[in-house]
Amino acid sequence: MEDIGNLFHGFAVVVQPYNLVLMVVGIVLGVIVGVLPGLGGANGVAILLPLTFSMSPTSAIIMLSCIYWGALFGGAITSILFNIPGEPWSVATTFDGYPMAQQGRAGEALTAAFTSSFVGALFAVIMITLVAPLVASFALRFGPPEIFSVYFLAFCSFVGLSKEPPFKTVASMMLGFALGAVGLDQMTGQLRLTFGFETLLTGFDFLIAVIGLFGIGEILLTMEEGLSFRGKAAKINLKVVVQTWVQLPRYWMLYLRSCLIGCWMGISPAGATPASFMSYGIAKRISKHGKNFGKGEIEGVIAPETAAHAAGTSALLPMISLGVPGSPTAAVLLGGLLIWGLQPGPLLFTEQKDFVWGLIASMYMGNIVGLIVVLTCVPLFAAILRIPFSVIAPVILVLCAIGAYTVHNNTFDVVMMLVFGVVGYFMKKTNYPLAPMVLAIVLGDKAEESFRQSLLASQGGLGVFWSSGLVTTIMTLGLVALFWPIIQAGWSRVRSATGSPRPAA
Amino acid sequence: MNETANEAGGAGPSHRGVEAGVVIAIAILAIIGIIGASRVGTGWSAEGPRAGFFPFFICIAILISCAVNLVQVFKSENDGAVFASWDQIKKVMQVVVPTAVYVAIIPYSGIYVASALLIVGFMKVLGRYGWAAALAVGVAVPLFTFVAFEKWFLVPLPKGPLEHLLGY
Repeated sequence: MEDIGNLFHGFAVVVQPYNLVLMVVGIVLGVIVGVLPGLGGANGVAILLPLTFSMSPTSAIIMLSCIYWGALFGGAITSILFNIPGEPWSVATTFDGYPMAQQGRAGEALTAAFTSSFVGALFAVIMITLVAPLVASFALRFGPPEIFSVYFLAFCSFVGLSKEPPFKTVASMMLGFALGAVGLDQMTGQLRLTFGFETLLTGFDFLIAVIGLFGIGEILLTMEEGLSFRGKAAKINLKVVVQTWVQLPRYWMLYLRSCLIGCWMGISPAGATPASFMSYGIAKRISKHGKNFGKGEIEGVIAPETAAHAAGTSALLPMISLGVPGSPTAAVLLGGLLIWGLQPGPLLFTEQKDFVWGLIASMYMGNIVGLIVVLTCVPLFAAILRIPFSVIAPVILVLCAIGAYTVHNNTFDVVMMLVFGVVGYFMKKTNYPLAPMVLAIVLGDKAEESFRQSLLASQGGLGVFWSSGLVTTIMTLGLVALFWPIIQAGWSRVRSATGSPRPAA
Repeated sequence: MNETANEAGGAGPSHRGVEAGVVIAIAILAIIGIIGASRVGTGWSAEGPRAGFFPFFICIAILISCAVNLVQVFKSENDGAVFASWDQIKKVMQVVVPTAVYVAIIPYSGIYVASALLIVGFMKVLGRYGWAAALAVGVAVPLFTFVAFEKWFLVPLPKGPLEHLLGY
């Protein structure tokens, strides 16, 4: 297998001392980002992105993806010790993680959470290693209609799978497309939607949107809730770790199920948050200890953490193989690729072997290093949360401003960041999802380009999207995803009508 | 989020009102988009769809979903839920206003001085810290960012009169 050789070459790249140091730095920064309210995976990576401009793309992606792994690990710490989800995907972890900490089983809960995260990520990485090259070589044959159909599928899945009202998802997504369209039209070279404002010539940069929507918006929400952090002590030692590890293999079925849910939700851009809830819900329904869920059941920690990490990791599969990111953080990483001068998409596998396999190898290494770092340094990270919010908040605001400025060395971007922050606050409060908007800003140009090229070839007929077996299949899958809630409701009605009530799996 | 607002009690703008406001704001953006798209042409030319073609239909889609969302708002039961209590809104404004000032003065004072002022002000007023603690953090953080960005990563940040005085 050629891929195995490539993977080992990737490992050789990753274990260079310089890259190993970047990896540890990335993980530590990531956990801090994950622990702090107002800083998350997406905006943490966005803020730190400018620091990598001078690095080689491979070193840069290693550091940034490790920030992402760190953030995924970090979310669990605050959930379990403080009952405050540091990240949206760790909300489900609070249900059983915090009760366990209250019962003095914080060490057990943390060990289970970290180990589960690790297992979920490892499963997803193995899947990426095996599947991504195949998808990429398959995608090399794609023409504009196929490329558009993939975008179509990605965005339809958002509407069908998100827990927000579908038309709010559509509104927020289309708003993202509209914002992405501002500025120079790639195909005709015309300016559009700028209304004569010179600052709009280059359009809205999604990095600014990410920093504003997720960073500033989150600070405002945290401020409104007036959080005061009162946490449980973080005691974790080797004995607890080993004791927990001994009882974990018993839950292999739960792990497998959670991994599969996570991978599925991660590849379709539903993302880590719904994956963690879904996995928790199903585990609760199937488990023998279902009644104990919510009172400190270890399975209630394993299920969401495994799924969230599997989803977070597998979100990178469509990004590296198709150029379609599966999550906002993956979108930021994709933005990074463009800045470093790489063209995301299937060609990466043939033209940038070092980069792709370095990234995949760093996923393996990063998660191993991450597991060791979080298991050994939990008390340190927990101490960060004891710093009062009135100190943390202005520092985060300053970091966001620096991050926004450094994207284009433009002070107007900092103003835009604040505007996006206020917009993000209102959207979050009124239940408009932010992720589709960010992805639409990133992918808007490419989706539009493939759409217009397809129409150009067909002289305006929409039939081009149903012209071959492949494109028809993807478009149909997209429509199924779009109308999934309706299909599901119809299906359950049919089933109950035929009188075979089976517990939904 | 909304539950906590209810539990916290206290009067405030109604959730329905704000929700409707958000829908209208999005619809206004869509109408601006349609006007902008019409200016560059939404139809076909010799080279295929014109520049305004895609944004035009996107904005139409926004308007349709806005209409549905607005209907949903009015169909929803008026349970008297508040968007946020006035007290909570005051807290949010306590962050928004200083940040707006901060953002506004960056081009003139440079980012380091502005950051120091923001941190000191925040800690003094909201955190009720003494001058010593506030100044310590307020000076240390910008100083650290200065070293990290200007020296280590060689990323220049906006500088003002103070930095020029010091020879940067």
